[in-house]
Amino acid sequence: MVALPDWMALAPALSLALASLVLLLADSVDPDTTNTGLLTGISVLGSLLSFGFAGWFITAGTGMADSTGVALFNNQIVVDQMALFFMAIVGSVTTLVVLASYDYVAEHSYQAEFFALVLLSATGMSLLSAANSLATAFVALELVSLPSYALVAFLKENKGSVEAGLKYFLIGAVSSAVLAYGISLVYAATGVLRFDGVATAISSGTVQTIVDGSVQAQAGDPAVPMAILGVGILMIIGGVAFKTASVPFHFWAPEAYEGAPAPISAFLSSASKAAGFVLAFRAFAVAFPIGDLLAAGGAINWVMAFQILAIATMFIGNFAAATQETVKRMLAYSSVGHAGYVLIGLAAVSGSGEGLSLSMSAGMSHLLVYGFMNTGAFLFIALAEYWGVGRRFEDYNGLGKEAPVACAAMTVFLFSLAGLPIGGGFFSKFYLFQATLNVSAWSLAAALIINSALSLFYYSRVVKAMWIEEPTGSRTIESYPMGLYTAVVGAAIVTVLLLPGFNRVSEIAFQAAQLL
Amino acid sequence: MWVAALLLVTLLGTGLVFLSPDRYAGKLAAAVSAVPALGSIYMYWVYLTQYGGTGNALLSPADIAFGQQIPWITLGELEVSYYVGLDGISMPLLVLTTVLTTLAIVSAWTPIDERQSQFYGLMLFMEVSLIGVFSALDFFLWFVFWEGVLIPMYLLIGVWGGPRRKYAAIKFFVYTNVASLIMFAGLFALVFSTDLTSLSLPAMAEAFRTASGLPTIAGVNLMTISFILMFFGFAVKVPVFPLHTWLPDAHVEAPTPVSVMLAGVLLKMGTYALLRFNFTMLADTARQLAVPLAIIGVVSVIYGAMLALAQRDLKRIVAYSSISSMGYVILGLVAFTPYGMGGATFQMIAHGLISGLMFMCVGVIYNTTHTRMVGDMSGLADRMPWTVGIFVAAAFGYMGLPLMAGFAGEYFIFQGSFNAPTLGGAAPVLTSLAMFGIVIVAGYLLWAMQRTLFGGFNLETDYEVSPAAFHDVAPLAVLLLLVIALGVAPDLSFAMIQDSISPVLEIGGGA
Repeated sequence: MVALPDWMALAPALSLALASLVLLLADSVDPDTTNTGLLTGISVLGSLLSFGFAGWFITAGTGMADSTGVALFNNQIVVDQMALFFMAIVGSVTTLVVLASYDYVAEHSYQAEFFALVLLSATGMSLLSAANSLATAFVALELVSLPSYALVAFLKENKGSVEAGLKYFLIGAVSSAVLAYGISLVYAATGVLRFDGVATAISSGTVQTIVDGSVQAQAGDPAVPMAILGVGILMIIGGVAFKTASVPFHFWAPEAYEGAPAPISAFLSSASKAAGFVLAFRAFAVAFPIGDLLAAGGAINWVMAFQILAIATMFIGNFAAATQETVKRMLAYSSVGHAGYVLIGLAAVSGSGEGLSLSMSAGMSHLLVYGFMNTGAFLFIALAEYWGVGRRFEDYNGLGKEAPVACAAMTVFLFSLAGLPIGGGFFSKFYLFQATLNVSAWSLAAALIINSALSLFYYSRVVKAMWIEEPTGSRTIESYPMGLYTAVVGAAIVTVLLLPGFNRVSEIAFQAAQLL
Repeated sequence: MWVAALLLVTLLGTGLVFLSPDRYAGKLAAAVSAVPALGSIYMYWVYLTQYGGTGNALLSPADIAFGQQIPWITLGELEVSYYVGLDGISMPLLVLTTVLTTLAIVSAWTPIDERQSQFYGLMLFMEVSLIGVFSALDFFLWFVFWEGVLIPMYLLIGVWGGPRRKYAAIKFFVYTNVASLIMFAGLFALVFSTDLTSLSLPAMAEAFRTASGLPTIAGVNLMTISFILMFFGFAVKVPVFPLHTWLPDAHVEAPTPVSVMLAGVLLKMGTYALLRFNFTMLADTARQLAVPLAIIGVVSVIYGAMLALAQRDLKRIVAYSSISSMGYVILGLVAFTPYGMGGATFQMIAHGLISGLMFMCVGVIYNTTHTRMVGDMSGLADRMPWTVGIFVAAAFGYMGLPLMAGFAGEYFIFQGSFNAPTLGGAAPVLTSLAMFGIVIVAGYLLWAMQRTLFGGFNLETDYEVSPAAFHDVAPLAVLLLLVIALGVAPDLSFAMIQDSISPVLEIGGGA
């Protein structure tokens, strides 16, 4: 086997970046192009390549030889199994989204820009998965965010879209500022930005510095000011909460998801959320190990913070979803609820850090399954928008008669999201449940069960509308768009296959989490 | 291999029926479902002749018939596998499922006239799940099938049901799903406090039986708490008083073939799970709680029968009487005697056949008269002699006429519970009270038959009444023959049931 050069480890991110550049090139050659097929083709190729590379590297065990992963650019970036796992999620979601966008953007101008922005944002997510220092993470995060602001406001004739874009941008800017401030405080307290350096500073209690790429204690052994560090960590939690649409910074999500073009809602609620979580997982597992942090004087107990956030997010997301009148907004709130489930990944941990790899791998597995079922559900909304079906539950009445295949796929997504054993969502939720019981976090376990029961209620409203209710108005579905159909059906097939195939996912996730 | 083949063939058939044109869907579905029906009957025969005297699947895994185990998923330290197999308890239930599905599909040819391919597809999908429920020996696999039954049932009631079908469907769905979650929580509280590494049912039975030093919550042992949570979860499905309110709604609104499946097989999922989980895995706790459980059973018997007495709708009468009949099963299970538990299992089969038959009869009558109200019709006997004849025979089966399966089931239960050691002094009292249920059953069934079937002909809805088509009556005849066969020779299944029940009785020094 040929040994690839180290930089090739970044191939999943590079192929996305390259594809976006090619798109921009194509646009500059022919600025008024309406050749959606070509543009979609380039995007799908780029994202599929990204997914393919990630999948290949996972199976080949890249970065597993030495347990640290492939370190690049002075350790600013580390490609390990966890990075690859999330790169695979980003790649698969992006593929589905750009494929579905083929029909969605066909009538809009600025198509090349649309695809380029999606891929640039995806590049940021891919890089974020591998970021090994707070600085890289911040830059990658901005690369994720800036294109997505523009994408949310893509339907610029549509007031809702523009309003959503503006809100998203304002809240995003504030949260970026908070995150940047938090990062600067952590840097001030520990003297380093690299995750392993921060961890060393916390465990040794002295400010560190990096000389020739290795972490050393600063001259004179100054002590780490724990209070400043604590405030910094708290602010980073805030930044993460924004990106993952968790309480208390969740309120942008329903607005943005509802106003944005539906494929972008799918992209933001699946891939962007996953990107936020990989930052959280890596930063808190590697840079702020809870055992050392508490032993060093207890700057802040982030496990406690995440427990509170997880429970609050689950309840607020699900209860809000249950009271919605429009399907897209219901899905938006349910996506908040799912952020709460994934937060269990950082909350079901004991005071000494035990259980972290189990809970994190449960969170990762849920994100992967969620990437397919949630993207699929939003893409079904895109399909409904394409047909001109209204936004309310009633507008979906009787849709099952006219489009049985798409509705069957949607049924799979919804029941899987609710955690019924018809798709991978059942196992990933159970895995999370197991993680909570592993550390006897009864309140988390109870919240998970209660919210799963509740979620079935509002998800089944859509199922009921599609299959059981009679159509109210006259509605004719004239065309069955190929791109959207392929994406929706493909996502449904993967969701179902993840039920028997969940073992592979949980194994990889567990391995990745253990290596951290 | 055999079980996997049944599942696979039925699943492939499901896909085929979904894709077939509506006109052929019914016939195709009947043909498809005949394969697992014949296959399971063959398996039954093999079991009867070759596996005689084998033990319980949960307590002596070496005796499992048609077993197959393939590793599936590892979740942390828990190993989940595709693990199926049968014993004397699940074997008759499997055949009940496959045979009843085929007959229900045939009985649907007349009443179901829209979206046929979806209807029959869902019926077959439900059959796959039901086969899985009765043959799975791994908790996760079992749970996948258990929940898999709900989705087609929800849609079958919701899409093809009567006027209030939406309400009935959602009520059924919410009730049974909340129950599943409660059961799930109760079970996993135990799983995680006993260091289990495998979720196979035999391993769970072993671990729960030998578990010691379990935590107590508010002074109550975790075992008891889990038992109650699981009992609650399964009891909704049975259903027992006071968790039964979803049942009449679901039955009345569901199309008749679906009612047949609901009463004939789905209710048995509840008692089957009770027997497997609560009364086998947590047998000690079940013995301790025997008296209150028996009271719940007896109240269900009497209360269900009283409710049936108050109904005018034939379907409601049969629906409420199901609650009554399933109460006997609970009484038999808590007795922990060979006749009690064996009788309870036998009653599951008997009631599955008889209540399925009753619903089908009501359905055939409704197809012609378009009413189910007792006051709206009379004197049908002259117009539909075959249907009415079978209806009368089935009703007598329900009342416990000797030489019919219902008599055997109820007699075994009463004999087993009258001197049940677990019930102590309360045993004769509770049993006698339960016997009184039979009197009430006779009361409402005789009344209903006399009003509707005999006397001068009258029909409020003014439809032409003529004898039902052959394919409507044939399933009735087949079911009646089965009821009589099991009544004349209960040992056709009672022997294998007892073989598999006796290990349950032995644990904890009973029997």
